[in-house]
Amino acid sequence: MNKLDSVRSSKKLVDQSRPMTGNEAIARGAWEAGVKVAAAYPGTPSTEILENMATYNADDVVAQWSTNEKVSVDTAIGASLSGVRALAAMKHVGLNVAADSVMSVTYIGVHAGLVIVVCDDPGLHSSQNEQDTRVFARLANIPVLEPADAQEALDFTRLAFDLSEFFDTPVIVRATTRLSHTRSSVSIGPRTEVEPKGWVDDYRKTVMIPGHARIRHPVVVERVEKLSDYFSASPLNRWDKGDRSYGIITHGTCYPYVKEVVPDASILKIAASYPLPEKLIQEFTATVDRVIVVEELEPVLEVEIRALGIPAEGKSLFPRVGELAPEVLREGLARAGLIEAATALHDWQVEPLARPPVLCAGCPHTTSYMALRAIDALVPGDIGCYTLAAVEPLQSIDVTVCMGASIGNAVGMAKANTSDRPIVATIGDSTFLHSGIPPLIDAVYNDANITVIILDNKITAMTGGQNHPGTGKTLRGEQTHEVDYEELCKSVGVKWIKTVDPYDTGELFQALREATEFRGVSVLISYRPCVLDPVKIKGPALVVKAATCTACQACMNLGCPAITWIDELFEDKHKVEINPVSCIGCSLCAQICPSDCIQPLAPLTETSVIS
Amino acid sequence: MDKLSVQETKSKKGGRAKKAKTQKAEMTKNVLIVGVGGQGVIMISKVLALLCQTQGYQVKQSEVHGMAKRGGGVFSHVRFGEEVWSPTIPMGEADVLIALEWAEGLRWLPHLKHDTGIFIADTQQIVPPFACRNRTAGAQTAYVKETPTEILEKVADGYALDAGGFAEELGNSRVANTILLGALSASLDFADEDWLNIIAKFVPKGSEKVNEQAFMKGRDWIIEVRENPEEMPREATQPEMPIPPAGDVDISLDIIDDWCKSCDICVRLCPERCLELNEQQIVRLKKPDACTGCRLCEWLCPDFAITVNRTPVNKKKEAA
Ligand SMILES: Cc1ncc(C[n+]2csc(CCOP(=O)(O)OP(=O)(O)O)c2C)c(N)n1
Ligand code: SF4
Ligand code: SF4
Repeated sequence: MNKLDSVRSSKKLVDQSRPMTGNEAIARGAWEAGVKVAAAYPGTPSTEILENMATYNADDVVAQWSTNEKVSVDTAIGASLSGVRALAAMKHVGLNVAADSVMSVTYIGVHAGLVIVVCDDPGLHSSQNEQDTRVFARLANIPVLEPADAQEALDFTRLAFDLSEFFDTPVIVRATTRLSHTRSSVSIGPRTEVEPKGWVDDYRKTVMIPGHARIRHPVVVERVEKLSDYFSASPLNRWDKGDRSYGIITHGTCYPYVKEVVPDASILKIAASYPLPEKLIQEFTATVDRVIVVEELEPVLEVEIRALGIPAEGKSLFPRVGELAPEVLREGLARAGLIEAATALHDWQVEPLARPPVLCAGCPHTTSYMALRAIDALVPGDIGCYTLAAVEPLQSIDVTVCMGASIGNAVGMAKANTSDRPIVATIGDSTFLHSGIPPLIDAVYNDANITVIILDNKITAMTGGQNHPGTGKTLRGEQTHEVDYEELCKSVGVKWIKTVDPYDTGELFQALREATEFRGVSVLISYRPCVLDPVKIKGPALVVKAATCTACQACMNLGCPAITWIDELFEDKHKVEINPVSCIGCSLCAQICPSDCIQPLAPLTETSVIS
Repeated sequence: MDKLSVQETKSKKGGRAKKAKTQKAEMTKNVLIVGVGGQGVIMISKVLALLCQTQGYQVKQSEVHGMAKRGGGVFSHVRFGEEVWSPTIPMGEADVLIALEWAEGLRWLPHLKHDTGIFIADTQQIVPPFACRNRTAGAQTAYVKETPTEILEKVADGYALDAGGFAEELGNSRVANTILLGALSASLDFADEDWLNIIAKFVPKGSEKVNEQAFMKGRDWIIEVRENPEEMPREATQPEMPIPPAGDVDISLDIIDDWCKSCDICVRLCPERCLELNEQQIVRLKKPDACTGCRLCEWLCPDFAITVNRTPVNKKKEAA
């Protein structure tokens, strides 16, 4: 334990303070801890952790995008067992993808420090579910550190590596959207170089066969007990002494809300939400008359504290879904009779405008969904920008489960054989590489009659434009091998493969028709780079000739945000115009306008055509 | 005028007694900055956050930008004071709400302090495609209907300006955000030079001068409006979209069965999905109620088999 403390105190050498987001601070903490290998697959809100890692010197740390979260954890495990400190970062659902590896590495333990950063998304700001990583940690018996702000994000991440080595366990650092994307002042320290230890060389510990795992399991159980004792005594916990009529037990990102609402209360902020510091909790609860647990999402702490025989209250007062906020907390505490109810909020009587995210003007995904809607296909979709085609006006996705699910779903739909509609799975390039290849092989193997559209926009767009193996560039922007989708599909036995340009609506319609008529697995690759990343594409805008516009709304059915209504009407409907700033000149609207009234402002010359 | 007395907060620092803790929440200043993806909400909040930090305050700036690039709303909470806890501004507690887009400003009104909050909004309207979705005749946009005049009556201290117009007067449409920063500065007690020093760190090299002009423009405008409330309007006017006459027409389809060659084009391209081919493979109006009379089928049919009839309702009554 001495070792743990010494590393923390060496930190004061450089004391500079600067505003950082939680994600920047996590990257900084890892760098300071001497991390050598960091890998991740992007996912909001965790993406910037690796992007920031890559701003540090390549000699200090290898920072790379993995094809998926499991690969990132496996990479980190390999590095740790090779004796260098390693980190993997992901969003909460990424942990599901990595679960198999995580469940085994908890038995194996580590050689050099192994830290897994997981960012939860309470409130579903940009995710498909609201799962709580603290629950997963219990399954995996992995300790979870819970920073409350950017400073703690740095300190805890740094400490996590020491803990990992000391207790021979992977350590999870848990953030939430709010922590990852909140900037606050952080004092930083120098990097501590950690001497590589070399290969672990202990096959009984690192080869998980039944005989070895049987030996490791009791070690894991014992480790949890030791960690609980350690966390009970840890100076990282915070006990704010105050009014004793009630006491609040909370953690990480919930703590600032508690301080905001009841700054004078007795508060125990635990540094790790797993394993619980049981002794400390007992000590704390003995000093107060009533115990309130404040936690976002699942009643994890509450249930375990009750199991200690302490009558804790929590989810009877606060919601089990959504993000915590001062007003939510205030309401719950008022309901418990602990504070006065807040005065009712003013009713402004203004109905807010619905402004859901939309595909960009000129997004290359648009035509595929327009065509799928037209042929009335049954469409299992996947996760990416194109998921936005699930709602009006394109509204052409029938099921979206999680990343990589579309092709497997399509196989099942084909085998169920309950519909005459063509079955077309749509999957983005990054998602295809992440988890679309095994199901494609499965579809060929099981001879499913389906079509797959690979929406190749040469980027991971939804998460802000990251490279992946299909872009031929690494996280640090270096040139590398670029996956050839046609070759790949051919090699797994797909017999019908074609690449089309989605800006040519005619060609795409025709190809889609042929693909769906083919019996067996057909793969259509819709190739056209994203208009936003890696470079913003802007061509000359098109204009609508109002004189001949018949307000039919055919172009509006594309959902292009550059097209809006104007004052002028035809048969009581608004004619349209194109905003020249946001139009990128893709010409999709012109291709579908039945009265030919969308035209280039000036005749296109060779130089004005988008290349 | 409702200036936020930041200085005052500072001077209290020394003599603050332990039990004054509960008032701390009031001493934290809350500025909520909202807009649409790509407008520069984050840039404005970074400027403010850095300024507050250099002035010795604790600052928290929290944003959600997952969907920002896809035209969704963006918001950023900036809180500063001696000790800031929650990263988000509680409902009804924003001291200043600054909106880069009109409808976004209205969306966040519930976060503004009702009795003292300052509301500064650009009158710019970014109409999302969703607001132009109703395909029936006589439909209006779903964009907010409240005018600047109506809203300024509701808020304690409100300003609606055409920052884009001001920026164009300065010859650079990109400085609209700096104009809004200038407007914001008139409500916070920081020196102009401090603002300008920080702004210079965030704007492209060579544009410092025009950004300084923009900053002063926004600042002076608000100060002038405050000093001469009689002469200077607090709000820019916004264009209004006319309300189309209600579409009092009956819509029917004339289909010449003999001319239909079962090509399926109309069925596939009808945006309302209200056509189908019947057993004889001839087109049929399956969902008459869903038909908006857009005439797409009429125009797209290669064999002129469909005619869309729009009969004014009262005329039809007369005929009957
Ligand atoms: C397991 C998992 N990891 C990460 C994410 C975050 N995520 C959502 S969409 C997406 C990328 C999609 O990229 P791509 O398939 O190429 O589609 P694009 O957005 O480029 O259209 C990612 C990484 C997720 N939802 N689930
Ligand atoms: S970011 Fe790229 S892929 Fe996403 S909606 Fe915009 S153009 Fe389409
Ligand atoms: S050409 Fe048409 S569809 Fe393409 S971006 Fe411009 S307005 Fe949108």
